[in-house]
Amino acid sequence: MVITRYHPVHALLYLAVSFLSVGMIFLSLGAPFVAALEIIVYAGAIIVLFIFVVMMLNLGNETAQQEKEWLKPKVWLVPSALVLVLLAEMLLLLFSGNQQVMQVSQVDPRKVALSLYGEYIIAVELIGFLLMAGIVGAAHIGKHRKPSLHRFLQNGDAEKERASALQQETIPNEQTVLHD
Amino acid sequence: MTDSVNMVLMVATVLFALGLVGVLTRKNVVFMLISVEIMLNAAGMAFVAAGSKWQQPDGQVMFLFILAMAAAEVSVGLALVLQIYHQHKTMDVEDLKELKD
Amino acid sequence: MNSLLPYIPALPLFGFVILSLFGRRLSKPVTAWLGAGTVCIAALITITVALAFLQTTPPGGAYSQLLWSWFTVGNLSVDISLRVDALTLVFIFIITFVGALIHIYSAFFMWHDRDMARFFASMNLFVCSMLLLVMADNLVLMYLGWEGVGLCSYLLIGFWYEVPSNSRAANKAFLITRIGDTALLIGLFLLFKELGTLNMNAILQEAPRHFTTGGSNIVLITVLLLVGGMGKSAQIPLQTWLPDAMAGPSPVSALIHAATMVTAGVYLIARMHGLFQLSPVTMAIVAIVGAITLLVAGCSALAQTDIKRILAYSTISQIGYMFLALGVGAWSAAVFHFFTHAFFKALLFLAAGVVIEALHHEHNIFMMGGLRKRMPEVFITFLAGAAALSALPLVSAGFFSKDAILWYSWSSAGGSALLWFMALVGAFITALYSTRLMLVVFWGDMKTPVHQQPDRGMVIPLVILAFFSITAGFIEWPHNMIHLSLFSDHVQQVLPGTVMKENLPPEWLFQAIAAVVTLLGVYLGITLYYGKSGVRWQQSPPLAATREFFFSGWKFDQLYNFIFVKPFLFLTRINKSDVIDRMYNGIAQASLRLNGWFSVSQNGSLRLYIVGVLAGILFIITLQLLL
Repeated sequence: MVITRYHPVHALLYLAVSFLSVGMIFLSLGAPFVAALEIIVYAGAIIVLFIFVVMMLNLGNETAQQEKEWLKPKVWLVPSALVLVLLAEMLLLLFSGNQQVMQVSQVDPRKVALSLYGEYIIAVELIGFLLMAGIVGAAHIGKHRKPSLHRFLQNGDAEKERASALQQETIPNEQTVLHD
Repeated sequence: MTDSVNMVLMVATVLFALGLVGVLTRKNVVFMLISVEIMLNAAGMAFVAAGSKWQQPDGQVMFLFILAMAAAEVSVGLALVLQIYHQHKTMDVEDLKELKD
Repeated sequence: MNSLLPYIPALPLFGFVILSLFGRRLSKPVTAWLGAGTVCIAALITITVALAFLQTTPPGGAYSQLLWSWFTVGNLSVDISLRVDALTLVFIFIITFVGALIHIYSAFFMWHDRDMARFFASMNLFVCSMLLLVMADNLVLMYLGWEGVGLCSYLLIGFWYEVPSNSRAANKAFLITRIGDTALLIGLFLLFKELGTLNMNAILQEAPRHFTTGGSNIVLITVLLLVGGMGKSAQIPLQTWLPDAMAGPSPVSALIHAATMVTAGVYLIARMHGLFQLSPVTMAIVAIVGAITLLVAGCSALAQTDIKRILAYSTISQIGYMFLALGVGAWSAAVFHFFTHAFFKALLFLAAGVVIEALHHEHNIFMMGGLRKRMPEVFITFLAGAAALSALPLVSAGFFSKDAILWYSWSSAGGSALLWFMALVGAFITALYSTRLMLVVFWGDMKTPVHQQPDRGMVIPLVILAFFSITAGFIEWPHNMIHLSLFSDHVQQVLPGTVMKENLPPEWLFQAIAAVVTLLGVYLGITLYYGKSGVRWQQSPPLAATREFFFSGWKFDQLYNFIFVKPFLFLTRINKSDVIDRMYNGIAQASLRLNGWFSVSQNGSLRLYIVGVLAGILFIITLQLLL
């Protein structure tokens, strides 16, 4: 449903639903911590970020109209067919593997935390770098505009705040893992 | 519970394919980004499923990384979208052909 | 004594560094004192070391001093380490002593040159490199000195670089010696590959155990070393650079191209005697090369008119004698000839420099004449030098050394009648051209007026050198006269004695023949060139053609021009369109065309790119499924 909506806000609402359901699947897989993160970060922060942008760019009914024109069968038929082939092949691969019976059990956050700050410590630091670069990049890209258009300058600041807010949200989560 | 894991993987595959269709068919950059989010989510889901199948925390760790990566990607991507919109007054990727040879 | 060794090369190096850094700011007297002083102090140290060495021979027959380790690569470790044994002592004595005299002379000779600091810097660097060459205890350090002297030779030949022909001469010298250097380097590589060490002593000890006599490996190595020595020592066929090298200032010719650098090849072969002894073929080649060289160069010297070129050809010829001696295994005779030759050849060049300077840079000997009365000191010293060069019996140093070579070229195990005969003819020619030079320059009418008399500072080195030119031979007498062989006793601490044939004719016979032949040469020279008689004789056509042939140095330059330069130019001309480059151009054009095709796909459409990625993934997965 997400990908076929013409109106951006509708699509985002469906996306939120999708995220929530994925979170439920995680819960059923025995990963409550990840499920919580899914809902907080994806359904919370990222959706909010998208909505902000949609609001800022004032994507409304005209956009939906425009989308309607763009989304002709001629446009989506060939890619969809290709992707269907891919899907079929991937499912084939999935079922061609040997089917071992495995007990799904809960992987508690403690193990995740120990692994994260044990063997994956380098990767954690790299991700820290990546987020840092994301913040700096977003700030830089957002700032680089003509001085006369001061409305966009404000947008840039807002964007920067989003990015930093996101960073603030992600890091405490990891820290919670440690204290759990 | 094998069925469960396989089902989850199937769902992830379908989700990934849907995201891919979205990326391919939509012309609006915002929609493309949304679709990319779906694909990332599908990949993360596959990781968590695999992690729970082997009862290892690694899958969840990977999901965390994907999460952080997605966050950074979205922030940079949306900043780019803003910039593109301000410079070209359009969201259509087909109009953004300045990198053409 | 060991601690003194590093100062010998370090002092000239110090002079070089100071002069090259601050040369422009120093006044002329300071430059001269610095340039000549460092070498003089080095000479004093050398004499101290030599006296100590002669009084008590150090343990192992050598002083050695390890300065520091240069580098270590794999199992090759190279030290900066100096070693002075009997052979090296002779060389460093000549280098520093003759070098010091030449530096003193240069201080006056170059006084009016505006680039005096550059001159002394190069000279000092040369002395330093040459000392490193002979004092090195491993072949890598020796090669450093070897290349250093090549560099300084290049710098000094082209010292007056404003004249294009001088730079050309410098280039020629550098290129031709480079052939030899390359061969030497390859020889060193092979030696290291075979023996795993480049330390000279280790090589000499290891070689007899590792190689079989006359084996192909050792022959190859020694031939390569020989080619290296031939390049530096201007032996046929690599001799053509030396006559042109006379474009440099006269002291340079004296120091580098007569007394020291050109004998580097002699040193190399003498030092590596252990290797050469294992390869009789190479020894024979050395002897033959020497014999041919001494004849060819001697004949060329007969026809030259430029005073410095005569001396240059005679240098080639005398080094040919040294090679001949080395080739027949008369090691100590070769080194002895080097010892005496250094004195009289340096003397001759310096005196020639005085003459040239006095006659407004006139080089042609037929424009000189009658200088006997006008420049008596120069005349007397030059006479001493020429007597030594032509080896006048008993009164000159040249006699003792050349006689020994003549004797050994017959009597040693490697000698033969032919070699002896060639050497004898060479001695005759040497006497002839020395007489010609003397008579034309100092007798007859004065054709160019003398415009200045030499400085006192230039005459004193001449006198000292003349003294040694006459007396240096007295330390080594032929066996049958006075039993005095200080020199060979000294040198034979390092070098093996000469293996003799049996059933030899008496030695005095050879000495008598040599003396008679020499005197005959002198007499012929006098009859031909004294007074007016020579002019008529020279005009006959066949002789003129021969003269022309000799004058051009046996047409070696033209030969090389024909063999190497012309085909090379031809190749470059047909290759102007770049046959080989076609291939690379083809690659470039192909990639340009491919670029043209592929750039169509670069239409900037992001979605098309993603479809491309997807198609790629599909392709790979399908492949995996199918296989």
